[in-house]
Amino acid sequence: MDRRRFLTGTTAAVLVLPLAPASATQEAMAEAIRKVVGTATPTEGRVKLDVPPLVENGSTVPLTVTVESPMSEADHVKAIHVFNEKNPQPNVFSARLGPRNGKAVVGTRVKLGDSQRIIAIAETSDGRFWSGGADVIVTLAACLEESP
Amino acid sequence: MSNILVNAPKTARRGEVVEIKALILHPMETGFRPGPNGRIIPRNIIERFTATWNGAEIFAMEMSPAIAANPFVSFFAQARESGTVVLRWTGDEGFAAEERVAIAVE
Amino acid sequence: MTARLLAFGLALVFAASYAAAQAGADKRRSGYQDMGEALQKMQDDDTANPGMLFVQLGGQLWAKPAGAENKSCADCHGVAADSMKGVATRYPAIPQGADRPVDLEGRINMCRTENQKAERLPPENRDLLSLEAYVAHQSRGMPIAPPYGPVVDAFRAQGEGIYRRRQGQLNLSCAICHDDNAGKKLAGIVIPEAHPTGYPIYRLEWQALGSLKRRLRNCLVGIRAEAWSLDAPEYVALELYLMERAKGMKLETPAVRP
Ligand code: HEC
Ligand code: HEC
Repeated sequence: MDRRRFLTGTTAAVLVLPLAPASATQEAMAEAIRKVVGTATPTEGRVKLDVPPLVENGSTVPLTVTVESPMSEADHVKAIHVFNEKNPQPNVFSARLGPRNGKAVVGTRVKLGDSQRIIAIAETSDGRFWSGGADVIVTLAACLEESP
Repeated sequence: MSNILVNAPKTARRGEVVEIKALILHPMETGFRPGPNGRIIPRNIIERFTATWNGAEIFAMEMSPAIAANPFVSFFAQARESGTVVLRWTGDEGFAAEERVAIAVE
Repeated sequence: MTARLLAFGLALVFAASYAAAQAGADKRRSGYQDMGEALQKMQDDDTANPGMLFVQLGGQLWAKPAGAENKSCADCHGVAADSMKGVATRYPAIPQGADRPVDLEGRINMCRTENQKAERLPPENRDLLSLEAYVAHQSRGMPIAPPYGPVVDAFRAQGEGIYRRRQGQLNLSCAICHDDNAGKKLAGIVIPEAHPTGYPIYRLEWQALGSLKRRLRNCLVGIRAEAWSLDAPEYVALELYLMERAKGMKLETPAVRP
């Protein structure tokens, strides 16, 4: 919440978007992904992550994951996991799906404390993992609530 | 009293893939935020959302504190037979809420 | 190639003039138009707009008896879609027999204390905001239509004075940002024209519903000015002037704002 206080004090200041440093949480994200995929290496592709590239406020960011799949008994998406690198916890959500969904599309809204990369991993019924990602830039509101 | 808004079609053709959207009133307190007294506000989130169609689970989601306040979820379901879709939310502090919608398949 | 370029150029000119014709003489922009597509969609879809949860809650409270009279709003006002239609477009207003204007939440609190014999709900109380959202939602799509008269006009003039006066450590007036620099960017976000078209709003920053007063307080704090307490009459005066500036614009309650 430091940035919040900073902005309140200097309303007219230009917000400088920090570049993502190699942070400990990036490792936490990698670790959380390892927990899901085990020793497998996810293949990039089939997973599309839709987030607005520039969001006005990180507290409620619409996010949709779409996985290319026939969603049949023989070939479907079993799970979709979403991770982030800058929040205090790397997990965002894990969804369980099956052929009854007809389409492998899941939407929700997430909190993003900062500009960062989001990664989605899909597990298909053949035991393989697929991944996709998106970068989000979070700008902040200028006229903020007084700090507590 | 739970406040829930669900958007699902009342009728669907057999085999049609329909979208179900749900919104519920809940603070999704992360457990990482200090309150006015400087102490951390205890975590209070919805941990799990499930959807069943005539009793069979068709969708489930484990949520983390990164899900925004007043959680919104959308997913799809293939309409195979007429029935009731039950949406359930459970979480910290014994939170439990449920909403039912009937979908007629013709 | 040139023909295609020409066609493209013509299409641009046409699009521009079409947009101008659509806008007509009225160039005012609601905060809605300054939001990105994702947030506009969130506001437009009643099952995706989190503000609608509070409208739903307000509807439940509308029918719930309260206070020593054990009466609900519905007991006296019946169906809100009929009795409350258009009401929010003309607030703040002076209630019958009163000598000063009150805003919509103030009017609802009057009904609590005088008609239900219940306690006043404090500012930013969730039930109060939900009732206000429910009442204002009945005017969604209707043009703002402020009341006139010697007393209310005097309060409005006071509000305009506050709007134009420089204040705070940054020595800024509302007008410097919202009239002179509206549409320009400040810290990465567009400065809106400050039209009170969507209140109470679901502000993502708050992750909750909040009143116009709370929004104004945020701006006062932003310019490091003294923010009056939430029950100060200055807010009602300012609200009156903001509604006058937005006269004829359509109400959007519950709006979503960043
Ligand atoms: C005992 C009856 C009674 C109850 C209960 C009651 N009201 Fe009223 N309300 C009135 C009367 C009388 C007026 C004044 C009507 C007028 O000025 O035309 C009024 C006026 C209003 C107005 C202003 C209408 C306008 O046209 O300017 C609003 C808004 C309102 N009430 C909301 C509420 C809400 C919300 C509740 C429940 C929390 C409520 N009222 C409960 C009797 C009641
Ligand atoms: C330094 C520039 C600045 C000043 C001075 C300022 N504001 Fe604002 N105001 C903003 C910005 C920027 C926003 C939009 C914030 C956002 O989108 O997060 C805003 C938002 C608003 C809104 C919300 C509009 C909507 O769409 O809901 C209102 C109303 C408003 N201001 C009124 C005022 C009033 C009244 C004053 C004087 C007391 C004032 N502002 C002073 C910059 C300013």
